[in-house]
This record gives sequence, C-alpha cells and structure tokens, in this order.
Amino acid sequence: MAAKTLTIDGQMVGAAEDQTILEAARDAGIHIPTLCHLEGVQDVGACRLCLVEVTGINKLLPACVTKVTEGWEVRTSSERLQRYRRMVLELLFAERNHVCAVCVANGHCELQNLAVSLGMDHVRFDYQHPRLDVDLSHRLFGMDHNRCVLCTRCVRTCWYIEGAGTLNVAGRGEKSKIITDLNAPWGDSTTCTSCGKCVMACPTGALFYRGVTVAEMERDRGHLEYIVTAREKKQWIV
Amino acid sequence: MDRLRLATVWLGGCSGCHMSFLDLDEWLLELAARVELVYSPIVDHKVYPDNVDLCLIEGAVANHDNLELVHRIRERTRVLVSFGDCAVSGNVTAMRNPLRKTEPVLKRAYLELADVSPRIPAEPGIVPTLLDRVAAVHEIVPVEYYLPGCPPPAERIRTLLSQLVEGREPRLNGGLIKPG
Repeated sequence: MAAKTLTIDGQMVGAAEDQTILEAARDAGIHIPTLCHLEGVQDVGACRLCLVEVTGINKLLPACVTKVTEGWEVRTSSERLQRYRRMVLELLFAERNHVCAVCVANGHCELQNLAVSLGMDHVRFDYQHPRLDVDLSHRLFGMDHNRCVLCTRCVRTCWYIEGAGTLNVAGRGEKSKIITDLNAPWGDSTTCTSCGKCVMACPTGALFYRGVTVAEMERDRGHLEYIVTAREKKQWIV
Repeated sequence: MDRLRLATVWLGGCSGCHMSFLDLDEWLLELAARVELVYSPIVDHKVYPDNVDLCLIEGAVANHDNLELVHRIRERTRVLVSFGDCAVSGNVTAMRNPLRKTEPVLKRAYLELADVSPRIPAEPGIVPTLLDRVAAVHEIVPVEYYLPGCPPPAERIRTLLSQLVEGREPRLNGGLIKPG
C-alpha cells in the first residue's frame, strides 16, 4: 500500500494511504479530541470535535473521516480550533440535561472529561432543559435521553458489530432521539439480543446497566475493539 | 494593606459548597488573616454591604429573593465567583426546569408527599416565591470566575482563593474545573 507523507502540527508524518488524519496523528503521538469516534466502529464525523485545519483548504475537516493526502499541512490545535471545540462542547451541554453530580457516569464520562481537557468551566449558551424520558423497560439496561449527545456510537455498534439493528435515530434537529425498533419500548423489542454492546459504546450516562447509581457506571471500551480485531484480522489480542 | 473584603452567599443550593469551604480546616486561619469576612451564612450580618472585593456565590438563582440578592451583590462587589455546580450550571437545583412551571414541583413536594397537613407554603414577605426557571448565576449577572464541582473540593477552593487573595489572575485548569 502506498505511503503518504504530510505534516501534522509541523511534524513530518508518514501514513498508509487508507489512514485517516486521526489515525495518522495518533500513530505520531498527536492527540486530537473526539467524542463520536470509537475504536473498532466506523466513523461518521457527527460530533465535529476532531475538526482540523489544512493549509489551502478554507473549510475545517473532521479528522476521523478525512483520509491523509500527500503534502498536506495539518494543524490540530490552533486558537480557532480550540475556540470552536469549546463552543461545540458547550452546545452539547446546553442541549440536554447533563447533571454530572447525579449521573451514573460521573467520573467515567467522556463528555465530562472533554469539559476538563478543553477548559470548559461554564456554558455561555442558554440551557434548553428539554423534557425527556428515561426508558427502563429493558430488564438489563436503561436509556436516559437526558444524557444522550446523539453521537450514534450505540447505533453503529448495534448495526455493525452485533448486527441486530435494534437502535436507530428518529426525528430531526432538537427532536432527534435514539429509538429501539420502531420507537417501541426497549423491553418490547423483538430484535434486541440483550448483548449490551451499545452500553459499552456509550460515552455518557445515556446507556447504563440497570441498578447502577451515581458514578457507578464504568465500561470497558476495549471489548468492542477486541471483537472487531478478532473478526476482521483474526487476531485474538486483548 | 487593607484586608480583602470577602463575602460568601448561599442561594439555591444544598450548602455543600460551604461545607467544602469549611473543609479548608486550618487554612481558614491563614485566610482569616488576609481577608475580612463581611457577609456569609456563617457570620451574622443581615444586609449585603457595599464595597465588597470578592464574593463566592453558592447555588443557582431559584427564587425571587435569590434574584434580588444577586443583582444587589453585583452592584456592590468587584469580583464574583460562581462557587460550585449549582451556581455554574444550575445543576440539581435546575432539574425542575424541564417541568417549566413551579406548580408540579410544589404539588409533589408539599401535597403528594406530605405526611401531615398538606399545604403549599404561601407566606408573602416571609417565604420567597420560586422562579419558573432556575438560572445559573451568569445567566442573570456577569461573573468573573467559575469554580465547578459538586461540591468543589477544599483544595480547589484554596487554589482559587489563594490566587485571588494574592491579587493574581486566577488560573484553574486540568482536573480543577471538573463538574460533578
């Protein structure tokens, strides 16, 4: 496979031609913040946190779905990018009801960690405080729409790793929500295999094991990557 | 040098942030040597005074009393700090906002869950009425600095206060701004 050479934050980087900017950066030890990206699950570029600048291109490009190109000069942490990332994060916090103090994922939440790493000490947008449900109809799992950031990691995991196709996105804009089957209660789903991979994939407290309480929801994301690596590369490595 | 005139107030919150403040233990003695505590739930001043240098505000703006006080604080204070998650984001205090009105909250608390003599409190001039929408402090008045946490750990409070008392531009980063 042909190799591409580019610079990321001034550092010369070599990458395979099918690699994304995100992969090339990570191989080179350069951290780009992500939220909807999950190792082992294909990317959709939904959250916009991994946007990067490329010299000569006016628009910002999502690193997770942009393939490397020969000669590109990529910048991952300019003042402008940091400003936009913080804005994206604040909009996510303002859109639904993220109450870290009483959340099952407190201390183990990717959204909360991003607030720390991107320097978000407060939200400048009006909190929307939408009225949203918690689906506790499944015997093992719960779905709290208050905490959902619509990253669709659970949907992609359900369709492409488990192959069940139970989870989906319904609605548009602020009315968007994750549904099970055709918007039936999760516990009534005839397609859900109760595998729990969606719960492992969730970055926040939106999907959780029933019975966990504040700050108890920990997950091992490595399981999903392990399954995919084993299936696609026949490598049974942890 | 004059001592810094410090105030702390308790709006719509659980007082946990003030408990965490008291958790500063012996450092409070050092602080006491550097500041004059002019208004606080832990001292006996009835009226928020003029010319306050620094005010830590615990809690969200949840009732008409809070609303009036927070405006008065802004007028009379040089530097405001949103002290803890309720002040910063509304947090638990704002969890009633999706209901949009105070009526369902009051009904639930004072009628449905009452053991004896269910009655929604209505004492004009004594019990302040709730706002329909709980707000973070900076949604009402401008705030200089933010100290997230539920509550902010004592060490975090000390980091911010020591910077402010020494007249330095406060820098809180890394784990020091973690909400929750």
